[in-house]
Amino acid sequence: MKNPFFSSVADFVRGRDERRFSIEEVTRYFLSRTEALNPSLNVCLSINQNAVNRARQIDARLVRNRADSPLTGYPVMVKDNLEMEGYPTTCASRILSGYISRRTATAVARLLSRGVVVLGKTNLDEFAMGSSTENSAFGPTKNPWNPARVPGGSSGGSAAAVAAGLAPLALGSDTGGSIRQPAAFCGVLGVKPTYGRISRSGLVAFSSSLDQIGPFAGSGADALEALVAMSGKDPLDMTTVERDPSEMHSEYQSTEVRGLRIGIPEALFGEGLDPSIRERLMEVREALTGEGAREMEVTLPHSRFGINVYYLVATSEASSNLSRFDGVRYGFRVKKPADLRAMYEETRDQGFGDEVKRRILLGTFALSAGYQEAFYRKARKVQALIRKDFIEAFERCDMILTPTSPTPPFAFGEKTGDPLSMYLSDVYTITANLAGLPALSVPVGVDSQGLPVGAHLIGPPWSEGRLLKMADRIAGLYPMPLPEVHAGHVAGSPEGGRR
Amino acid sequence: MILSKADVLHVARLSALALTEAEAERMTGELSAILNYVEGLSAVDISDKTLEEVSLSPTLLAPDVPVPSLSPDVALAGAPDRSGSFFQVPRILEEGR
Repeated sequence: MKNPFFSSVADFVRGRDERRFSIEEVTRYFLSRTEALNPSLNVCLSINQNAVNRARQIDARLVRNRADSPLTGYPVMVKDNLEMEGYPTTCASRILSGYISRRTATAVARLLSRGVVVLGKTNLDEFAMGSSTENSAFGPTKNPWNPARVPGGSSGGSAAAVAAGLAPLALGSDTGGSIRQPAAFCGVLGVKPTYGRISRSGLVAFSSSLDQIGPFAGSGADALEALVAMSGKDPLDMTTVERDPSEMHSEYQSTEVRGLRIGIPEALFGEGLDPSIRERLMEVREALTGEGAREMEVTLPHSRFGINVYYLVATSEASSNLSRFDGVRYGFRVKKPADLRAMYEETRDQGFGDEVKRRILLGTFALSAGYQEAFYRKARKVQALIRKDFIEAFERCDMILTPTSPTPPFAFGEKTGDPLSMYLSDVYTITANLAGLPALSVPVGVDSQGLPVGAHLIGPPWSEGRLLKMADRIAGLYPMPLPEVHAGHVAGSPEGGRR
Repeated sequence: MILSKADVLHVARLSALALTEAEAERMTGELSAILNYVEGLSAVDISDKTLEEVSLSPTLLAPDVPVPSLSPDVALAGAPDRSGSFFQVPRILEEGR
């Protein structure tokens, strides 16, 4: 969403270095916009009271020295499952009430070391479990395009923040689609990097083998700057890989649409996909072939088992990861428990919301004696088949195009009564996590109801630069209208579609 | 697979979750529905013995080198209850386990 100061990171850099604006001015603008709109959108769970101070310090530094990073002074919002020392981290859960972080997530620390200004922390589904932000203990976030619709989830606050112009950049986390699906629902770009690209240290763990941190931004080029800054080996996360993050810059530069082989799994464009979304995606396909890309049919025969695998693997890991929340060391504890066991059980029962409890129970069951072989082990083997499908597909194509979500943003309450129907929101995004692949959602205009539609690109490992370039080319073909957001009145723009 | 309420209560105990009656009832239905869905996996042939469980990164261990950790005061700053430099919890020994 537009702001009066700059239209991209590159434009920000020019404006900053030519002193067309101060970092303090920019910071105050976004903070006051947030103050005005947060009561209706519920995007932020906390505002950084220190943001203006930090902006002033950066301005003072910029008087003496040139900025050493494009992101110096750039405003950012951070999903509230990423830790920042001295600030609350709630994970949108009652169980972390009163908790103050004692460390800073590596991804956030790397952005801070480049000089970003963190404006606030954004709403999410509790512990990143959900597809609508309706599972937040602090109430749902509203979709800036239509306040009766969900923004998607779990990183719904970050997606809505960028869509509503409360920040030009926001961080999310993606375990099964939690960046890409809300990006599609809110009409912004959202990227899940390759597993191992960005350190997960300081991200409150949900499913450690699937979680990745990634950015929401207005364009691929802007997302690229954030990705490059956050990436790289981190001794605090042994899954991070020793690769030069600038490879993403070079691949972004060198990628051309002409001659690019785009894999199309036709089965995913069929049954179960909203017709209006299908129509938009078919236009995108046509436009890309018009630009010289070549479509290659690929089959991902095991993709249809992605949800099945995910809800065994992710819940199993979650049941273990969330055992640390026991009311002993921090956060919420029930008053006057009868004994230690009651303290654990009642603290967790009252501290966690329904969806979190559901997943802990499911994961505990999947790992329990007598069922582990039939459920968890089997799921891990099918996960291997899903991954194999992609390896074979990428022998024939450079990236795969699918829809991001089977439906447009749905209404509040539409899926909360039926957990399974909520899970199916992630049917197109979930396999990229299971296979550890980079993927993104790029907005491609609006559907027949004026709600945003996303196209989903999945690439081979470490191909983020290529995917981001493609996203920018697609965005060039489909200029995205912006939601008109005013305090107390949030409405979608009626215009959309292809230029 | 259909779970009974007793199954759910057993798993709840393993999970250290004290479900209310109403929650246990509701979860029994919801978890059974989800398990029925995930059991769709039985349609997949995994007889291929070469099929390894997927591991996206090798298991690497951090070097076993002591590093400074939180001081007791910082570690205890968020404790719901503390006694001196200890976390305080209800008595354990009287629990009879």
